[in-house]
Amino acid sequence: MSLLTPDFGLLVWMLLCFIILACILGKFAWPAIVGMIEKRGNYIEESLKKADEANAALANLKEENAKLLAEAKNERLEMLKEASRLKDQMISDAKTQAIAEANKIMESAKESIQLEKDNAIKDIRTQVAELSVTIAEKILRGELKDAESQTAMINKYLDEVNISKS
Amino acid sequence: MSQSRNKMTSCLAKVFFAALFLFSSFSMSAQSSEATEVANEVAAAEKHQEKEGVDLKEMIFGHTGDAYSWHITTVNGHPISIPLLCILYGQNGLDVFCSSNLGHEGHYTEYKGYKIAEEGNDAGKIIELSTGKRPWDFSITKNVASLLISCALLLWIFLSIAKRYKENPMSRPVGKQALLEPLIVSLVDDIIKPSIGKNYKRYTAYLLTAFFFIFLNNILGIIPIFPGGANLTGNIAVTVVLASLTFILTNFTATKAYYKEIFWPEVPIFLKLPIPLMQFIEIMGVFIKPIALCVRLFANMFAGHTMVLILIGLIFIFGQMHVAAGAGISVLSVLLIVFMSLLECLVCFIQAYVFTMLSAIFIGMGQVEEHEH
Repeated sequence: MSLLTPDFGLLVWMLLCFIILACILGKFAWPAIVGMIEKRGNYIEESLKKADEANAALANLKEENAKLLAEAKNERLEMLKEASRLKDQMISDAKTQAIAEANKIMESAKESIQLEKDNAIKDIRTQVAELSVTIAEKILRGELKDAESQTAMINKYLDEVNISKS
Repeated sequence: MSQSRNKMTSCLAKVFFAALFLFSSFSMSAQSSEATEVANEVAAAEKHQEKEGVDLKEMIFGHTGDAYSWHITTVNGHPISIPLLCILYGQNGLDVFCSSNLGHEGHYTEYKGYKIAEEGNDAGKIIELSTGKRPWDFSITKNVASLLISCALLLWIFLSIAKRYKENPMSRPVGKQALLEPLIVSLVDDIIKPSIGKNYKRYTAYLLTAFFFIFLNNILGIIPIFPGGANLTGNIAVTVVLASLTFILTNFTATKAYYKEIFWPEVPIFLKLPIPLMQFIEIMGVFIKPIALCVRLFANMFAGHTMVLILIGLIFIFGQMHVAAGAGISVLSVLLIVFMSLLECLVCFIQAYVFTMLSAIFIGMGQVEEHEH
């Protein structure tokens, strides 16, 4: 039995077939398979990394959003506060202004009243003076109807003047 | 009668011892690599069968060896087999004919001056009647047919997988691809890359092809019916070719540092001059490594097949003694055969794996870099 002596025919066939097989698979199968497995591995790894990054970015975004929201809320609160403050201020301003205006009006009213009063008093005084002159004239006329009385009167006045002169 | 019974008993004991020996050597041979072991196995197998009436030897070598036709079964003394092609180059030039012309076992007939020898060194092989010598024999024998079938299968499997990878590069693997991808990945990442180093890409084609070739043929070998059962990887011609390719790849693509370690290793000078002791050992190593590779695969697969055949043979030996004994032992035998076959399934993978791993390691040894001092 040729158990340990290799059969020549089989040896040749084996060599031929195996080398052809290795060449064909080495050209068309293994590079494609091994290369693609490697490529896919890299792709999966990269995709996972990207997904992680995206997740992180999303988390960041959420945080930022929350922050923005909080900020917006704060701002609104602030604005409301400011508005109410402004309103109060406006009201109080208006009040003080109104009071000042009212005071001013009162002042000017008082002034004009005073002026009117003064004018009236002056008027009254002139009228009173005119009236007194007229009355005095009438009285004088009545008293100085005759020459004697006139002379007496003049004398009297002359005396008075003299006395006052001495 | 009692004499023949004695003979039978002694023969049985031998069969058992041979079986035990085969089994122990089989379980150990994944680590051991001595060629002598195989020679011993063969000697033991041959010795115990020479005296035996039941042609166990014939059966075992018939099943593990090569043949010109693919025998399937024998019904009423008529063999049912698939005839194969005989391609011969003899004194009359090239002759191509169907193997059915040569008759069948026990009834070999002469055809075109060729005949299958019944005895002598060339028993079971085609010889030329005029000279009694072997012609150049390139016949498509059972093993060659199995080789062609397995090559076709491998081409179909891996080219279709490659096509799928090219067409859907980023999709998830399906079918054959899903089955083989983890295997390919683990071979490349766990064996080839770490063993060879940076130049690993040059050798992946050979190593992956060798792995799947051996694995597929191992598997086909343990399937008992056509298209399996050819014991291709248990044939020394096949393992010689595989080991030679590893040898060629290791030594013809090796670095300078590798050859320096062989011819001028860094050892005390008296070990290499004037008697080149270290060089002798190193050069021996260069050749022993692929020889071990060749014999390991051959011996493992051959031993596994032989074990199963011996266990089957036991049934018939006991059956010859007594029908009841045959029936009794058949239960035990079948259990053992199932166990052996399961073990064989494991061995099919392990041997392919070990061959690839050792080839990668040997090639890696040839890729050593000059180390710093």
